[in-house]
Amino acid sequence: MKNKFNLLFSFLFIGFCFTVFFKGLNNPNTYTPKFDNKKKIPIFNVKEFGSNNYINSDKVFRGSNYYILNIWASWCAPCREEHPWLMELSKNQSIKLIGLNYRDDLNNAKKFVNKFGNPYSQNLIDDDGTLAIEFGAYGVPETFVINKDKMIIKKFVGPIDQKKLKEIKLIIR
Amino acid sequence: MKLFKIFLIIFLFFGFNQLKSDEKNYDLKNKILKNIRCLICQGQSVYDSESDFATSIKLVVDKKIDESLSEEQIYEFLREKYGDWVIYDPKLNKNTYILWLLPLLLFSLGGAIIIKKTIFKN
Amino acid sequence: MLANQIGYYSLILGLLFSVLLCGVSIKDFGESNKKINQNILSLTFLQLVFVIVSFLSLIISFINSDFSNEIVFNNSHTTKPLFYKISGTWGNHEGSLLLWLLVLTLFIFLFLIKSKEQPKKYRILTLLFQQIIIIGFFLFVLMTSSPFNYLFPIPNEGLGLNPVLQDPALAIHPPILYLGYVGTSIIFSSSLAAVMQNYVSKQWGQHIKKWVLVSWIFLTIGIMLGSIWAYYELGWGGFWFWDPVENVSLMPWLTLTALLHCIVVLESRAELTSWVVILSITTFTLSMCGTFLVRSGILNSVHTFANDPARGIFILIFLFVLIVLSLVIFFIFHRENNKSSNNFFWLSKETSILINNWFMMYFLSVVLIGTVYPIFLDVISSEKISVGPPFYQKLIVPFLIPFLLFMSLGPRLKWIKSKIENKSSLIITFAISAILTFFIIKNLTTDLLFYILLISAAFFLFFTTLKELLLKKFKNISQTSAHFGFSLLILSILFNSILSSEITTNIKVGEKYNYKKGEIFFKKIEEKQESNFNSIIGYFEIKNENGKIIELKPEIRVYNQPIVITSEADIKTTLIEDNFLVMNLVKGNEYFNIRYQVKSFMIWIWISVLLISFGGLISLVNTKYEK
Repeated sequence: MKNKFNLLFSFLFIGFCFTVFFKGLNNPNTYTPKFDNKKKIPIFNVKEFGSNNYINSDKVFRGSNYYILNIWASWCAPCREEHPWLMELSKNQSIKLIGLNYRDDLNNAKKFVNKFGNPYSQNLIDDDGTLAIEFGAYGVPETFVINKDKMIIKKFVGPIDQKKLKEIKLIIR
Repeated sequence: MKLFKIFLIIFLFFGFNQLKSDEKNYDLKNKILKNIRCLICQGQSVYDSESDFATSIKLVVDKKIDESLSEEQIYEFLREKYGDWVIYDPKLNKNTYILWLLPLLLFSLGGAIIIKKTIFKN
Repeated sequence: MLANQIGYYSLILGLLFSVLLCGVSIKDFGESNKKINQNILSLTFLQLVFVIVSFLSLIISFINSDFSNEIVFNNSHTTKPLFYKISGTWGNHEGSLLLWLLVLTLFIFLFLIKSKEQPKKYRILTLLFQQIIIIGFFLFVLMTSSPFNYLFPIPNEGLGLNPVLQDPALAIHPPILYLGYVGTSIIFSSSLAAVMQNYVSKQWGQHIKKWVLVSWIFLTIGIMLGSIWAYYELGWGGFWFWDPVENVSLMPWLTLTALLHCIVVLESRAELTSWVVILSITTFTLSMCGTFLVRSGILNSVHTFANDPARGIFILIFLFVLIVLSLVIFFIFHRENNKSSNNFFWLSKETSILINNWFMMYFLSVVLIGTVYPIFLDVISSEKISVGPPFYQKLIVPFLIPFLLFMSLGPRLKWIKSKIENKSSLIITFAISAILTFFIIKNLTTDLLFYILLISAAFFLFFTTLKELLLKKFKNISQTSAHFGFSLLILSILFNSILSSEITTNIKVGEKYNYKKGEIFFKKIEEKQESNFNSIIGYFEIKNENGKIIELKPEIRVYNQPIVITSEADIKTTLIEDNFLVMNLVKGNEYFNIRYQVKSFMIWIWISVLLISFGGLISLVNTKYEK
């Protein structure tokens, strides 16, 4: 009797493990963090393009209903791909498109926007990548949608494409 | 010329690494870095990685140590930005009770089995 | 090309032979002959030949850089050195499965040859169970992972092998590891056969012990080779990262070690029969489970193979079929030991081996739970956590203290009932260990009490086993050497961790960097060109506080296919320490980031593992003579 109980228990346990592993196979093993809480953006001081002075985040995130923060770099190939979509986004008057230039050489960055166009109303410099970490970014390109209370309401990892652009436009309506 | 070409290839394809070295609190810093997962690598700690993300994290950790944050506070800071998965030491919370306690439970179970199977008198 | 065809059809033939073997064996099982049908032996041999032919044809395709073969295209390149072209054969998912088949078929053939005096039905059943595993793998390869797929049009050049894998230790790591890891299959098959024949006895124990030892020795050395590769190639001087793939090789090793100790009880006292069978089944199950975890893409690790859920599902089902099969057989056929003396006296060799198993199972549970828990949590509650080195260290290291003490006392006990002899000398040895430890480490660490306990326990084992070796007590020399090796391993790891130091800094050519204990001088840079990479070599002179100068030449390599940049450390090894220097590029012009480490007693870690395996080897040689 004890034997049969052991056998049944073993089978149940095995069945349970099998189910878990089976479902686990279908989950992706790369991690996209759950984005349920709105987080406030960090407060920071950075330099921006064209000036040697430090500017405070308060001054940057002011005067608009929505802000789009786009992390980019001249050496990043997907940033080149998403650039046309950013140009289109920049035509929208109700948002302020802010660039965060990530671990880049200033001259190369300036050449990039001169050559391909500048969609950003302001461009901030993050030459060691630490500001991107304050935002919780992994790297480039990443885009954050921020509301007027300076809360991050949506994050896109990877380049913006037509689908993501539509999503952004829906949010900022 | 050869050397220049090598450098050129490297810079064009892989960007830059900038690392300010800081010798204060060296051991603490390394201990923390070994405990942080490099999120864009496959299964490496920030200590073991030279990627952009890892290099930036190293600078952030430097800064936080200078600001006199404790080890646990630094972990909490990163967990808040990236989730529990960024730290290798699983915190003891409702998600991880079973993780930490099950082995110990099994150990006690094993001990009980041995005691039952053992004769202590002649 | 021709090699492709030959390789593919050899696999098909191998599979057909499996089916044929099953039929012939089942028929022979019913025959009343005492001896096994000679055809069975020949068929098993032919099956092995077909697998060898298939394996060789893949190797030939690699050597010839035959890019009409998809695997060769994905993993090789014409400029790769010959040695790495060959080792590239098993450095990928499909090729390594051929290695699985090779070891599976080799071991069953050797088993049949070397078991001629064993009961016929037991041998046939072992063959049948092994063929079930072999058929499963043939199907897996042919249906989901064939190494002989064609590419058309034929590319001119291959994608190359990851340069990190182009290392001698890594080249031989898979074959050696698999001889151990896959070799546990024969223990699995023969245990199930023994259970069905009610043959789990002293005689069976003596017979199966050889196979357990062979698997164990290869597995130990295989794991060591993986660690050596990690130390020389990956990361910065670490040798064990509690990475899922490492854990997956460690788990069968833990159960195999426990099994080895239980076999000693079985062959001397005919006790613990059920537990031996359970351990045998568990060991191979863990091997299969590990294969699943590593090849299915379910885990995130620095050295998982290419991810493919379809393959994962196949292995998962295969794994659970084997588990269910073994459970059913165990529960139906297992008979309780009729001896009434199923309990052991508390102070006896039997109990000390039980205690060994107790700790081994605990360590196993820590590694197993740590590795698979994130998967369970993710599926059940969609939370993602990481389980890394701190978890394993916190749960394992404290338990080493009692474990080491039991290891010192256990071997001194006799069977059935014993007493501790020479109590006073033991106490003196322990006191010496503790005092010695105190004086060595009192200024080195802040966790003084913890380290004193741990290192004293290790020294205690060290001195007790050393004394046995020096007194030339050859009766149990295999066990004593292995235990001595283990104490040396723990001591090396602990002192390595306490005494090692490192410095990181940015430096440019011609500069000198002063640190507390000396100075680093960056002399010059040179370039070099090899067949598949260009390298920049940095020449450094490091002067320590005694004025001694060490020259180190780390490299930065730019490989051509695939374009990958690696840092190659330069390591100077002596018995006392390794001097380890790595360099990386930094933004801008001439600055390089260097990391200089002094790793104390590093080589003793490898020496002690070799010593442990050597203990196993002595035991193997002894059992041969006992015949």
